Amino acid sequence: MMKRLLTMTAAAALFAGAATAEEVRVYNWSDYIDEELLAKFEAETGIKLIYDVFDSNEVLETKLLAGGSGYDVVVPTGTFLQRQIQAGAFQKLDMAQLPNIGNMWDVVAKRTAQYDPGNEYSINYMWGTTGLGVNLGKVKEALGEDAPIDSWDLVFKPENMEKLAGCGVHFLDAPSEMIPAALKYIGEDPNSHDPDVIAKAEAVYMAIRPYIQKFNSSEYINALANGDICVAVGWSGDVLQARDRAAEADNGVEIAYNAPKEGAQMWFDQMAIPVDAPNAHGAHVFLNFIMDANNMAAASNYVYYANGNKASQEFLAEDVIGDPAIYPSPAALDNLFTTTPYDAKVQRVVTRMWTKIKSGT
Amino acid sequence: MRRLFLISVPYVWLLALFLVPFLIVLKIALSDTALAIPPYIPTLDLSDGWEGIKAFFAELDFENFVFLTEDSLYWKSYLSSLQIAAISTLLTLLVGYPVAYGMAMAPDEWRPTLMMLVILPFWTSFLIRVYSWMGILSQEGFLNQFLLWTGLISEPLMILNTKTAVYIGIVYTYLPFMILPIYAALEKLDGSLLEAAEDLGCSRLKAFWLVTIPLSKSGIIAGSFLVFIPALGEFVIPSLLGGSGTLMIGKVLWEEFFSNRDWPVASAVAVVLLLLLIIPIILFQRNEQKEREKDQ
Repeated sequence: MMKRLLTMTAAAALFAGAATAEEVRVYNWSDYIDEELLAKFEAETGIKLIYDVFDSNEVLETKLLAGGSGYDVVVPTGTFLQRQIQAGAFQKLDMAQLPNIGNMWDVVAKRTAQYDPGNEYSINYMWGTTGLGVNLGKVKEALGEDAPIDSWDLVFKPENMEKLAGCGVHFLDAPSEMIPAALKYIGEDPNSHDPDVIAKAEAVYMAIRPYIQKFNSSEYINALANGDICVAVGWSGDVLQARDRAAEADNGVEIAYNAPKEGAQMWFDQMAIPVDAPNAHGAHVFLNFIMDANNMAAASNYVYYANGNKASQEFLAEDVIGDPAIYPSPAALDNLFTTTPYDAKVQRVVTRMWTKIKSGT
Repeated sequence: MRRLFLISVPYVWLLALFLVPFLIVLKIALSDTALAIPPYIPTLDLSDGWEGIKAFFAELDFENFVFLTEDSLYWKSYLSSLQIAAISTLLTLLVGYPVAYGMAMAPDEWRPTLMMLVILPFWTSFLIRVYSWMGILSQEGFLNQFLLWTGLISEPLMILNTKTAVYIGIVYTYLPFMILPIYAALEKLDGSLLEAAEDLGCSRLKAFWLVTIPLSKSGIIAGSFLVFIPALGEFVIPSLLGGSGTLMIGKVLWEEFFSNRDWPVASAVAVVLLLLLIIPIILFQRNEQKEREKDQ
């Protein structure tokens, strides 16, 4: 009986895989698009869209460097993109197939050019900052009304963290962002590649390590929204999504996001086409679809991240374009810093230190 | 001829599914990293034929293995994994043996149903079952809410993101692998042996120790291997249920592979892990064989 059932399931799976329509495979971050756009793309172009998600640049990079990832469009962050371009992981974009490229925003393009000179390999999808997501009620209960929710003091000062430990603090499991943040806090160059300077971040983390519940890059959205934790060092739009989920659930949890006033990291997620993409034409169709002003605005309105598309701005909701946590004022933009990728030797130092911070070994 | 064919089947299987992948991993472990696709430069180049092999042996170094001995992280992770796997196996045995015993002692017409109940969880994805444990064990989870409601505790317990949660996850996930072999051994147990023991003056408890346990030894050993081996390299359960402080070799391997992009060192970690598993198992089997020969 059991055996027959298994055979039947296997046969059904085989048939399902036999369809032969044109497909395009997209690999993007989790919780990073309005799913209605995916249906719209299929309806408009007739291309079948296969959409997978990841939650760390490292996973994406390993798939790309292993070769034959099978994806047509991937979305690495700028620093990772730069190294992957050097490794020969991407193909140059064919601008003739991208009529919507004129919609892009020069302010962002100028910054992304430091990772992808001339923006030849990638287009900007979203950008944002790395900062502090707090559960206002619980944090004020622990630290009082004047809790420093807009300062790195909140998470890097041991006496604050000691009081917050009871309600739960999560950090991103992303050393390439967490170490620059700690360096900024102690007044060092956040983009330093000098192992001696990087080592100074270890002391910052060791002092607060007992009070950190977990290092993770995707669970904190739900954990914040459900009230399981009270502080998350996370990405701007993710925290704002948590804010909205909490508001929808009407569970009395009020979430706020702040880019710390001492300076926060600004990052850019770039869409690019792998060198061995099975359907490069379909990938260009997808990129062009995403660069449409209406589509890009719909994506930003849904995920609460700023985009690099100038033309989309007139279609953005007021609580997106008008929110300084998403589109910072020009003065606040100056306060944000960017970083460049570590080479293999420094990367090993960084990863080793991060393991030590996380596990104590 | 027919006999030769029959013997060759398991060897071909072993060669294709074990030895060849192992040699590939070993080859990567002896290579150097590079920023390329794939991110390493093999030191063994077979396209040069004999010359390539000679060059490989001339330049052979074990720097990636030496590296593992230079940093305490690696042996601490191996030890911590061994400890977690050993404790989990023991716990699984303690929970699984009574279940298997109960199943074997149950009336014949019940057994297929009980068997079904043990297998049933496999019909749901392993990942979904681990995720639902997160919902049960979290601060605001079902377990804490229930305990708070009964008044047994006044503050929610911290279980998720600790080693306790890892043990719960491993015991839960691997329990059927312990129950089934023990059940298979107990089911064949001849009831008249127990009666004979009692006739000869054994108490029921003593008969259990002297007859039932030794006769189910093969099931206990098989079940323990089936739990211990995958638990040692477990990655999913500690990363979902465990805290960031839970040190396991599976996670270290992941870091080498994904964060450092250092495939050679990651492969070296994997080779050592394999040796760590295989050598004790071979020694154990030799010992078993000797005992069997002694009995005869």
